[in-house]
Amino acid sequence: MTAQTLYDKLWEQHRILSEEDGRTLLYIDRHLLHEVTSPQAFSGLRAAGRKLWRVDANIATADHNVPTTDRAAGIADATSRLQVETLDRNCAEFGVEEYGMLDRRQGIVHVIAPEQGLTLPGMTVVCGDSHTATHGALGALAFGIGTTEVEHVLATQCLWARKSKNMRVWVDGTLPQGVTAKDLVLAIIGQIGTAGGTGHAIEFAGPGIEALSVEGRMTVCNMAIEAGARSGMVAPDAKTFAYLQGRPHAPQGDDWERAVAFWQTLHSDSDAQFDREIRIDASQLLPQVTWGTSPEMVLSVDAKVPDPAAAPDPVRREAWTRALEYMGLQAGTPISEIAVDKVFIGSCTNARIEDLRAAAEIVRGKRKADSVKAVLVVPGSGLVKAQAEAEGLDEIFRQAGFEWREPGCSMCLAMNADRLEPGERCAATSNRNFEGRQGAGGRTHLVSPAMAAAAAIAGHFVDLRRWHG
Amino acid sequence: MQAFTTLDSAVIPLDRANVDTDAIIPKQFLKTIERQGLGQFLFFDWRYRDGDLSDPNPDFVLNRVDLQGAQVLLAQQNFGCGSSREHAPWALADYGIRAAIAPSFADIFANNCVQNGILLITLQQETIDTLFLAARAAPLQVHIDLAAQELHSADGQHYSFDIAPGAKHKLLNGLDDIQMTLAHADAIRAFEAERRRQMPWLFREVQHG
Repeated sequence: MTAQTLYDKLWEQHRILSEEDGRTLLYIDRHLLHEVTSPQAFSGLRAAGRKLWRVDANIATADHNVPTTDRAAGIADATSRLQVETLDRNCAEFGVEEYGMLDRRQGIVHVIAPEQGLTLPGMTVVCGDSHTATHGALGALAFGIGTTEVEHVLATQCLWARKSKNMRVWVDGTLPQGVTAKDLVLAIIGQIGTAGGTGHAIEFAGPGIEALSVEGRMTVCNMAIEAGARSGMVAPDAKTFAYLQGRPHAPQGDDWERAVAFWQTLHSDSDAQFDREIRIDASQLLPQVTWGTSPEMVLSVDAKVPDPAAAPDPVRREAWTRALEYMGLQAGTPISEIAVDKVFIGSCTNARIEDLRAAAEIVRGKRKADSVKAVLVVPGSGLVKAQAEAEGLDEIFRQAGFEWREPGCSMCLAMNADRLEPGERCAATSNRNFEGRQGAGGRTHLVSPAMAAAAAIAGHFVDLRRWHG
Repeated sequence: MQAFTTLDSAVIPLDRANVDTDAIIPKQFLKTIERQGLGQFLFFDWRYRDGDLSDPNPDFVLNRVDLQGAQVLLAQQNFGCGSSREHAPWALADYGIRAAIAPSFADIFANNCVQNGILLITLQQETIDTLFLAARAAPLQVHIDLAAQELHSADGQHYSFDIAPGAKHKLLNGLDDIQMTLAHADAIRAFEAERRRQMPWLFREVQHG
């Protein structure tokens, strides 16, 4: 048998049939639903009189629109409320299990599925959300889909897909102190660009990936889409199995033993061929900060805002010029002199317990700078929130003048009430720094949780390696 | 879904790279539970001044008087990057865009366009540059023939383009994927039964409440 990559194996194991034109009908094991991309899919089913193919494959939660403040009063915004209530109604009508807004298991869909053991190695996982790539960290083939495809999965448990090319990002070395999985993935995107992975499935591998925790791997895979790849993945290993064991929907007893034996076969064969391979040395990385309006516009914290005149081509010169204007930055300004108005710690990229611990460690015993108007800490799920509170992290944040919120997507995309005002500058642990992403006119700098926490204390970005608060 | 056979239209030259889905349709308009009605908010932040629907920005290409009613977008590389939300193609379709031409498109966006009857034409960067040059001053009319996979521009240029046969078939006939898939229901059931036998842990009891 020819050598296969991890992606080849996952693809082949879910291939029901292929058409002559190369389109393949793939079986979908897990389908995650949220309120923004599902209403039109359910109404399509209803209009056609169709039922769900396999109810138990689906799980739903409300995350994008939910308020992160007291929820007893419900949702103030009428359109947000309508979307969340529509999800509740659709799940009830079609029999889909839902972690509703008041359920302690509610949270960001990409945080709760691994947390519940609903994402397992070897699965295909889809969701109407591009950050579905997150689940690849457990050795699943996971990718985002549009609403028409959401409807298709609900009705058929399958998707038509065309196989991507294989790409491997090989990470040598291990990350230095103060440099995290977030910095690693930002540096990768800086190296290959936001279209660098287009048409490819990316496997992240090498000593630098093996050294990451499972949560760190989720942060890396989460941003595969920011490198243009629909899916990112990491071969499951002992850390993955330890992470999953005992979770509510993880296999148990004999099933567990059988599952682990199978999961151990989920890795690229040693002589597997990749269409594209890039290497990066983790040991050489510094904390990363984005300076522009695309995740590829990223630099080390010790760098200076670039001069568009030095851009490698006219398209980028134009993009850099536009980005600097939007961001209100001058070429040549040291990154560490950029002052922030707000700080957001959260999102499907960085709202897991390890992220909150990393932020709390920086913050402990300190207070936010007076110049920083607000710092939002938004845990990824109700269970992450409970864990953080059990560890006293919420108190550390509160004493620093940070706001401790309820779980949801929050200010990553500002669909709820959490947003930037025009011109406000934010250090954010989320994944996109697009124009207007965190609120019309808002300016986003993507960083790790530790870097965001330090910026909240100092009032500007700092080089964590040299900063002592 | 409306079938796509041929189209005659002026092109709307949007000369920006990496136009993301948040720019195509900002997220404040994603709270709809309908598919229609998003066209008026297409490119909202660029198209209107100070977020005021009654104050169109005259410098933005969509507001050019001579391009009103145009149905083809000419764009730069990596168009449609960002979110998987289908609201971006819905907004384009609702505005009346039926085809887009660019050096490259983001993967998920490209998939979503096919699902909504929008034809995406990928051409070499040099060709795109030529088209932008031709479309800059005055409207450039194009004729698109999907069956022949050809694009003719009014300045006498002809370009052929590639498209996956499956996508072409769907667009030409305006087909619904679910119907096509359910023709394979037996194969899906057989695959599923075997999977359940080998990996029972992938199937679970549904809980409610």
